[in-house]
Amino acid sequence: MVTTATPVKKMRKVAIYGKGGIGKSTTTQNTVAALTEMGKKVMVVGCDPKADSTRLLLGGLAQRSVLDTLREEGEDVELEDIRSPGFCESLCVESGGPEPGVGCAGRGIITSINMLEQLGAYDEEEQLDYVFYDVLGDVVCGGFAMPIREGKAEEIYIVCSGEMMAMYAANNICKGILKFAENGVVRLGGLICNSRNVDNEKEMIEEFARRLGTQMIHFVPRDNDVQRAEINRKTVIDWNPGVQQAEEYRTLAKAIDKNKLLVVPKPLSIEELESLLMEFGLFQ
Amino acid sequence: MLEGTTSEIRERKALRVNPAKTCQPIGAMYAALGINGCMPHSHGSQGCCAYHRSQLTRHYKEPVVATTSSFTEGASVFGGMANLTTALDNIFTIYDPKMVAVHTTCLSEVIGDDIPMIIAKAKKDGKIPEDKIVIHTNTPSFVGSHVTGFSNQCASTIKYLSKSSGETKNVVNLFPGWVEPADMREIKRLAGAMGLDYILFPDTSDVLDSPQTGYYKMYPDGGTTLEQLEAMGDSFQTIAMGPLCSQAAAEQLEKQCNVPAKVIDLPIGLKATDAFIDALRVAGDVSVPEEIDKERGRLVDMISDMSQYFHQKKVALFGDPDHLISMTQFLVDVGMTPAIVVTGTPGKKFERRIHEICADTNPDVVALAFSDIHYLHQWIKQNPVDLLMGNTYGKFVARAEKNLPFIRFGFPILDRVGHRAFPTVGYAGALRLLEKITDAFFDLRDRNDSDENVELVL
Repeated sequence: MVTTATPVKKMRKVAIYGKGGIGKSTTTQNTVAALTEMGKKVMVVGCDPKADSTRLLLGGLAQRSVLDTLREEGEDVELEDIRSPGFCESLCVESGGPEPGVGCAGRGIITSINMLEQLGAYDEEEQLDYVFYDVLGDVVCGGFAMPIREGKAEEIYIVCSGEMMAMYAANNICKGILKFAENGVVRLGGLICNSRNVDNEKEMIEEFARRLGTQMIHFVPRDNDVQRAEINRKTVIDWNPGVQQAEEYRTLAKAIDKNKLLVVPKPLSIEELESLLMEFGLFQ
Repeated sequence: MLEGTTSEIRERKALRVNPAKTCQPIGAMYAALGINGCMPHSHGSQGCCAYHRSQLTRHYKEPVVATTSSFTEGASVFGGMANLTTALDNIFTIYDPKMVAVHTTCLSEVIGDDIPMIIAKAKKDGKIPEDKIVIHTNTPSFVGSHVTGFSNQCASTIKYLSKSSGETKNVVNLFPGWVEPADMREIKRLAGAMGLDYILFPDTSDVLDSPQTGYYKMYPDGGTTLEQLEAMGDSFQTIAMGPLCSQAAAEQLEKQCNVPAKVIDLPIGLKATDAFIDALRVAGDVSVPEEIDKERGRLVDMISDMSQYFHQKKVALFGDPDHLISMTQFLVDVGMTPAIVVTGTPGKKFERRIHEICADTNPDVVALAFSDIHYLHQWIKQNPVDLLMGNTYGKFVARAEKNLPFIRFGFPILDRVGHRAFPTVGYAGALRLLEKITDAFFDLRDRNDSDENVELVL
């Protein structure tokens, strides 16, 4: 096709995974806020039927999800119908999905991402620096793996804590990444430790990351300012840019922006994982 | 069978009764059969493949081969990777095609199987022989219709196979859309008569209308060859016939290999054939040969000879958008009045096109995308028409509406044979359509006129 003189901006495609309730959406939005503050153009795609991945960026505005729009308007959907501008010119999309107990949420994610592609949300003209996929829970079916298939997301960050089930989930997600990394471009960028104030948490996650072949990209300490900002329907940076926690998210955003360590993870066996917990969790 | 249909139309949102469409994979299967030495493969449960094969066989009256991943409970839970890998191994070992064209089904789409990843892994694991090709297309039937499936298969084939070598050749690509093998033959004849070098894709002539030789060939001689598919990237232009079937493929090739796309209507009827011949004339920088001029002249002659019988006759039509748009234009051109035009394939553009075509003669035309034959039947009970045109399923409507002449047109036709042998595209095809229309009207008169009114000459 036609070549232009200006080099094409390479869009980084990031997916955030982790155990349910670990703070993926909160971490994603706070990090995105920090990235936009740095002047990056970011689109966030919420891949969770609860459709709560962009609440803090949009100031609580209920974003109509792609699937609701599709259901109500039929197939003639415009990009503006499903994408809203949020904090600092970030762009927010919620995939949405069925009520608990019915339908297929995974298919919903496939449909939404296909629709965004069709509508040109990823086109060069959009000049995006980043797209972030915030994905529900574990990698459980093809739909939840959608963001890491066919090169849609190229970097994965896993949010975890020092709690056993969070690490177990992170290890499981690495198995999923491994499967897709073998024949694709997807790589693990690191673990984000969202602290739960577990004993030796930082050291344990650093060691866990090392054994997975990756890094702990940042240790986000527990701070009630996050909850305070959330009650105000804001990210920490939006709510009070001066607090220490805002600085933490800025550090995380910078670390992701500079990150070059992208690996195919080496998931641990259950025995290895348990012995790691014993070593750090119980015998200190 | 449909005698109980009432004239009272009730608004229905979700329910379709006697739909005017079918599943995406059947279109993908038909398009893949238009590739030389290609085995269509249905990635899903056996029922999908069995239904689509049998429906194609019933329409084309030829054995249609296709393979399936044969999903079971296990595949639905764990994904279809193991099944597809085994299938590819078996297909190349037992049936030895040059290429396998995988299309998905609703089940594999809901599971979310990552087909390119599975193909890449099968290749790495040596399940696909070095000199063989496997391509894929996504065909979820909860989107679009069989027409979308056809379009997806064509676009994906180009995505996988067409390349530009940097040297543009004096060849034009012709994308015929979903038409009969006889139509593809006619398109090739016309392009040849105009003196153009062309590649037709897909091309089901000599695949689904192969002659009886006494020998069975799993892969008949016809079909666009792999070399041609690759070379399409070097052609100087693509003429894509029928926007719904061919536009996506033409645009893919334009994006990928910089081959300019010209999208026209299916060359059915006078105006659309004129547009096709003109597109060939401009592309080849040639004059239209006398032979084709005369064909056109014979068509215009028949239109004028018989115009008294066409004048303001009301027609109800259903079928696929590309066919309906050209046919509606043709009916308007010969003086008839399309009254209701229905398709099951969604898309607002279709409705706008029909309204544009009928604006001067019947601004009240009812044009519906994503509707059904039941609606059309109820509507014509309230607003009687002189003629019904559509696929085989229309015969039940015609039977219920006593004395309503009915012409089979479109896909599928399961109870007649003419569509296999004679084209409806081009000027010759238009002549055949006019013959069918006049036959339908005259047969009705001969059957029903009282003795003193029977005409010897019509």
